[in-house]
Amino acid sequence: MTESGINPDSGELFPTTQSVAGQPIAPDRAVPGAVEGTMIDAIGGSGVEGDLAAGLTLKVRSQWSYARMRFFRHRLAIIGLVGLVIIFGAGIFANFVAPYPYAEIDLTHILQAPSSAHYFGTDAIGRDEFTRVIWGIRTSMEVGVFVAVVSTIVGLVIGAVAGYYGGWLDNLLMRATDLVLTLPLLAVLLTATALLGQGSQWRVSLILVFFFWTGIARVVRGVYLSLREKEYVEAAKASGAGDSRLMFRHILPNTLGPIVVNATLAVGTAILVEAALSFLNFGIKPPTPSLGVLVSDAQSNPQQWWLTVFPGLTIVLIVLCVNFVGDGLRDALDPTQRRMRA
Amino acid sequence: MPDPLLSINDLVVEFRTEDGIVHAVDGVSYELFPGETLGIVGESGSGKSVSTLALLGLIPQPPGRIASGTAMFKGRDLLKLRKKELRSVRGNEVAMVFQDPMTSLNPVLTVGSQLGEAIQTHFPKEKKEAVKKRVIDLLNLVGVPNAETRYTQYPHEFSGGMRQRAMIAMSITNSPSLLIADEPTTALDVTIQAQVLEVMKRVQQETQAATILITHDLGIVAEMCDRVLVMYAGHIVESGDVATIFRSPRHPYTIGLMNSLPKLTEDEEWLEPITGAPPSLIDLPPGCPFHPRCFLARERCREANPPLVPVEGSGHKSACFFSDELIGRKSKFSEAIA
Repeated sequence: MTESGINPDSGELFPTTQSVAGQPIAPDRAVPGAVEGTMIDAIGGSGVEGDLAAGLTLKVRSQWSYARMRFFRHRLAIIGLVGLVIIFGAGIFANFVAPYPYAEIDLTHILQAPSSAHYFGTDAIGRDEFTRVIWGIRTSMEVGVFVAVVSTIVGLVIGAVAGYYGGWLDNLLMRATDLVLTLPLLAVLLTATALLGQGSQWRVSLILVFFFWTGIARVVRGVYLSLREKEYVEAAKASGAGDSRLMFRHILPNTLGPIVVNATLAVGTAILVEAALSFLNFGIKPPTPSLGVLVSDAQSNPQQWWLTVFPGLTIVLIVLCVNFVGDGLRDALDPTQRRMRA
Repeated sequence: MPDPLLSINDLVVEFRTEDGIVHAVDGVSYELFPGETLGIVGESGSGKSVSTLALLGLIPQPPGRIASGTAMFKGRDLLKLRKKELRSVRGNEVAMVFQDPMTSLNPVLTVGSQLGEAIQTHFPKEKKEAVKKRVIDLLNLVGVPNAETRYTQYPHEFSGGMRQRAMIAMSITNSPSLLIADEPTTALDVTIQAQVLEVMKRVQQETQAATILITHDLGIVAEMCDRVLVMYAGHIVESGDVATIFRSPRHPYTIGLMNSLPKLTEDEEWLEPITGAPPSLIDLPPGCPFHPRCFLARERCREANPPLVPVEGSGHKSACFFSDELIGRKSKFSEAIA
């Protein structure tokens, strides 16, 4: 009550304080006095403090509503969010947004420059590039979100168990993590593709998950290592909470900040890596359009700039927006930060 | 005398460190009777907290190790319980109040949900409304105003005193028969301390729980406790009724503790601290651990560790070979307590 309830700097609270104290007093002195009084009265069960607080109409804000406020005051994050909503929205509703079917070949209109009929021009076999980009967004987005969500869950569980239990289990899990981290991503993917041929987007996603969980696992483990020593964890333990309750009910909510930020950034990275792989022809098998596949296809027609620029630009925009949002989340979810951006 | 609720016998707790084995608690035995309040006093590192944390299995193992001892509580040895059994004891039959209310509440959960959780951990089938009602009743009991509103607030919206009240409420949610309060007021300022102690008293009356109150503040002991244990370097050096010990302390360390307190009724230029520093718990001095700092020490104290033996006064015990020489020696508090 003393900390949050009464703010001496806020004008609207003064009338209440004064009426409780019975006479007008200087605000900076009135407040501690009034509070001290109510605290002592509280033992006797007096109703004074009830009237005081009832008159104050406090606006109680949770951690999350503070975080939300901070996020929405972060200008770049909002720009990123709006950008993502537009781009991903186009991807999600590709079948409504795209003007042509994505595999429709029109050999009478090949390699046309952007025009009102084909906003992004057409490719070497006359497919509408705008349509291809829209569908490419959908594929890339699915890969990015899938990889981020699944690798976050896997990394979270492994990191939580390692950090919470410590000891040999921690050692085992972290050495396994190190092992995965030492594997060269490209080499493994190239080998997998060489053995299995170019795959569906799900196979590529699963391979990416196999590499991506390590980052989250290490972050989560670090946070758990420090949080398990916190007194509130010991207090919860002393009140009878078991391991899983401590791990997931008491500690997990405290780690959500870094986890959410990491997961968001993972979306961008996964999209980027998928594009790189597809560019090298080791990613998603055509004709499924992904942004990387489109850039890769464009290599055979280097004169037609629109085939490279539009999908390339889309990748850049997505990753940029994801990173803006990630940045905004990082600032918003940092509980030590009370400062509000104007 | 009724049967003791808790009976600890020869408890030894060690910590393995790189420098050697720390003998944090070295052969401690005591009993606690239903409804009584037992104070444990001593300086930092004397083993007061560790001896009670060990009861609930809250000592990190390793590096900690309970080397020997029994702790009979309601016919069961707490030190031999399996993890699951121990969990059902914690927060249910034996509850703790921790020192620092600022860090003992989870910052991301509302106070109400944390208190409710203490109930649901042990009674998962309890209805949500019933839990909420109980939590609000408890908050009212410990004097948190506007319990309904407070229920949905987060710890950062509570002041220190209010948080400690919430912690006390949390400890008594399941009406424990033993309450361990580990320096419950140390982190609070003096005016709030008094209020929190009032709350503790009320809670005790309400729940009839036996209480172990760990503190280094003799004033709190005088105010709250029926009996007191004085600990030094992992040993109990004196035990007995609060009135007896304050009137006629029979261990030089207890006298030293009392003399090192300022007395407001007299004009004192200097405080009288106990000379020297507490011994290293890795390498205890031979014989009585207190002898290097003791004004009574002689050859015998260097050779053997004096056992805790009865001295005059009911239940009064002292671990000093020369405790008889302290008869008639008045403590600073003898008039105040009488």
